[in-house]
Amino acid sequence: MASVWIPALLRSLTGGQATVSATGTSVLALIDDLDTRYPGLRARLVDGDRLRPGLAVVVDGKTGRLRLREPVAEASEVHFVATISGG
Amino acid sequence: MTQTEKTSRPGFRVIGSSPLRQDGVEKVTGRARFGADIHLPGLLIGAVLRSPHAHARILAIDTSAAAAYPGVKAVVTALDLPELESKIADIGEASINQRYQSNNILARDKVLYFGHAVAAVAAVNGHVAEAAAALIKVDYEVLPPVLDVRAAMAPDAPILLEELRTAELGDHGTGPTNVAAHLLLETGDIARGFEAAAVVVERAFTTAMVHQGYIEPHAATAQVEADGQVTIWCSTQGTFGVREQVASILRLPLSRIRVVPLEIGGGFGGKNNVYLEPLAVLLSRKSGFRPVKLTMSRKDVLAATGPTSGSVITVKLGADAAGKLTAAQATLIYEAGAYPGSPVGSAMDVIFTPYRIPHVRIDGYDVVVNKPHTAAYRAPGGTNAAFAAESVVDELSERLGLDPIAFRLLNGVHEGNRKVDGVAFERIGLLETLEAAQSTAHYRAAAPGRHRGRGVAAGFWGNYGGKSSASASVNADGTISLIEGSVDIGGSRTSIAMQLAETLELPIETVRTTIADTDSIGETEGTYGSRTTFATGWAAYEVGQKLKVGLKERAAHLWGVTAADVDYADGVFRSGAEHMTFAGLAAQMDGTGGPVVASASVQPSSWGPGFAVHIVDVEVDPETGKVDILRYTALQDAGKAVYPDYVAGQMQGGAAQGIGWALHEEFIYDGQGRLLNANWLDYRMPVSLDLPFIETVIVEVPSPSHPYGVRGVGEVPIVPPAAAVANAIYRAIGVRLTELPMSPGRIVAALRAQDR
Repeated sequence: MASVWIPALLRSLTGGQATVSATGTSVLALIDDLDTRYPGLRARLVDGDRLRPGLAVVVDGKTGRLRLREPVAEASEVHFVATISGG
Repeated sequence: MTQTEKTSRPGFRVIGSSPLRQDGVEKVTGRARFGADIHLPGLLIGAVLRSPHAHARILAIDTSAAAAYPGVKAVVTALDLPELESKIADIGEASINQRYQSNNILARDKVLYFGHAVAAVAAVNGHVAEAAAALIKVDYEVLPPVLDVRAAMAPDAPILLEELRTAELGDHGTGPTNVAAHLLLETGDIARGFEAAAVVVERAFTTAMVHQGYIEPHAATAQVEADGQVTIWCSTQGTFGVREQVASILRLPLSRIRVVPLEIGGGFGGKNNVYLEPLAVLLSRKSGFRPVKLTMSRKDVLAATGPTSGSVITVKLGADAAGKLTAAQATLIYEAGAYPGSPVGSAMDVIFTPYRIPHVRIDGYDVVVNKPHTAAYRAPGGTNAAFAAESVVDELSERLGLDPIAFRLLNGVHEGNRKVDGVAFERIGLLETLEAAQSTAHYRAAAPGRHRGRGVAAGFWGNYGGKSSASASVNADGTISLIEGSVDIGGSRTSIAMQLAETLELPIETVRTTIADTDSIGETEGTYGSRTTFATGWAAYEVGQKLKVGLKERAAHLWGVTAADVDYADGVFRSGAEHMTFAGLAAQMDGTGGPVVASASVQPSSWGPGFAVHIVDVEVDPETGKVDILRYTALQDAGKAVYPDYVAGQMQGGAAQGIGWALHEEFIYDGQGRLLNANWLDYRMPVSLDLPFIETVIVEVPSPSHPYGVRGVGEVPIVPPAAAVANAIYRAIGVRLTELPMSPGRIVAALRAQDR
């Protein structure tokens, strides 16, 4: 199962857990899987059919350019981080 | 002098040299064209009417007298802009509320800062435009301004944006507020971390709003054709960003707008946003499709274009008796200006990242105040954050009796360590940069003496990748014409060409670069995020690989072999007994299929972050509070320095700007929110007489995220200076300054407070 790092503001939904395991072959599938156990998580991360503006997804250390459709492997690490582009 | 500590592989032939810059002759002879240098037949000149109030409701605008003024061709107000819904749009990597962006171009219901644009006029010349703009009557209901984040967060604070609710990652508060967002990063158990500490230091810091201070004011010219096609010439860091923003604000298809790049007299993040461009388009359209040019005065630039946030930051750090950091906590409150969008998120990414700390909590608040909407400024938010954190790191190391660099080496991050957000570092060069700092003649020199002190600070910036495009054609004489889309601020057309020349194993003089308009090259994000040499250089590398493939096919065709049988090295194609130089084969393109061209676009998924360490010696006059910079050394991991002189220049420029931020620069507002120092006499930036030669040491720990190991270099050098100077002042006079700028008055006041 993939390891998903839960953003600090959403840990109230996971009972304080910072990292949880999830099943799925894409970022969206992971979120949907987590939402069944931690209701409300999807609504906080997903806006309509896209990742919430201002968020980026990092899979195994690489920014997921496909965002919600980014493929995820069995042992992947997934992070949701703020988008930062700089000056 | 510039010194390079090489840990990267040798063997480059072009990369690592400092050839003649391709923009050099045009710039030193004054022939280069900048934003205001556009002159077109029938050109009209625009003027903007700006608000004299920091906070007021617009009750009515009467433009009739201006419209009737002889020579006036068009007058526009917010009513000429499409009314956009309040919706977050992704523009590049930035998330922007499109209604706020439109309202910042021309105020619709309220003015939210001194200098907020209210109306614009186009006329036959600038004098007429200015006179007509002054005839526009605006009926204001003046409201109390909010100029400080603490006041803005008070329960009874006047509200700037009635619909604003505090965002918390997909959730929203319920009542009106000036707090646009609360952000949180947390790892471990902060209480446990501080329990494990033998020494804890906690301090509060404030920093003033400052401006990027580019030399060239904003300028934009637009020509709308009768069929609606728009051409814009402007001073910008990114033509595609201008196209996207103008399209969003004016509800135009992207293909209807062409943005032409020009040379740019500095941007530092402040020329990513549009201000004049949509106005020039509106005025051109309304004046019967005549071209319209708008330029800003220095006062306009300082009053109404993106400064960076002032801030209030508290930092608490704990370490065990051996000097290992156990816990860190910070609260960062950043001014967003009139609309949400301060760099507090990137400040949170900067503040503790140089260190391995098991327990961390960082709260960030994005707060609107009646000041201009903030824009990016070189490592946005990082200087403020590092000023706070690195001051406390310095104090903690002193309390523990540890050398400040040794303390940082003990706690510094390296490959495999995780940031607070959980993402692990690839290969990084902080420890190598700290070791290089320890070895400098500057750091090994004797302590500087009475009323003098030496300060050290480290800094992190994550850098950015983004989208870039390049294309190139091989000419019959063996030269290469390279086209790319990055506006050249720091000499990037040469550093990008060098990566193509390196890939083709040819001299840099073989490649000539053109920076193309938005119709002539694939999308390329702006010159920001320390990304241009990294990402557009990568696109040029990909182009080079494709050209080699194409030319091998031509050689194979000539020699009756397959392309796989052709090798290329040192500028020569070979297959068996056959060989031909690059130029020789280029001469054979005619007859073997015509021109060989290639294009490539890249969007990297990772990029090498940058670390810097700065050392500074200061002398403080205890009578006047004046601080002199005696010696300054900047060190930085550049990955691989493509053009070392450019890298050194970025390091020196970042240090100089950071010193200005540390000692002099601040926006001064009166109680009504009127900016009192909107000129460069009263807004004090450092000049050459204020600074010694800034020594540089380039450390090269190649980034695994780039074909040539390149890391972005433009931003991280502005992160450490304010903290380094503050730490040096402390060593000189025994007082820790916690407010920027550390102006003479504040230093004298701090010394007097110490005496009491």
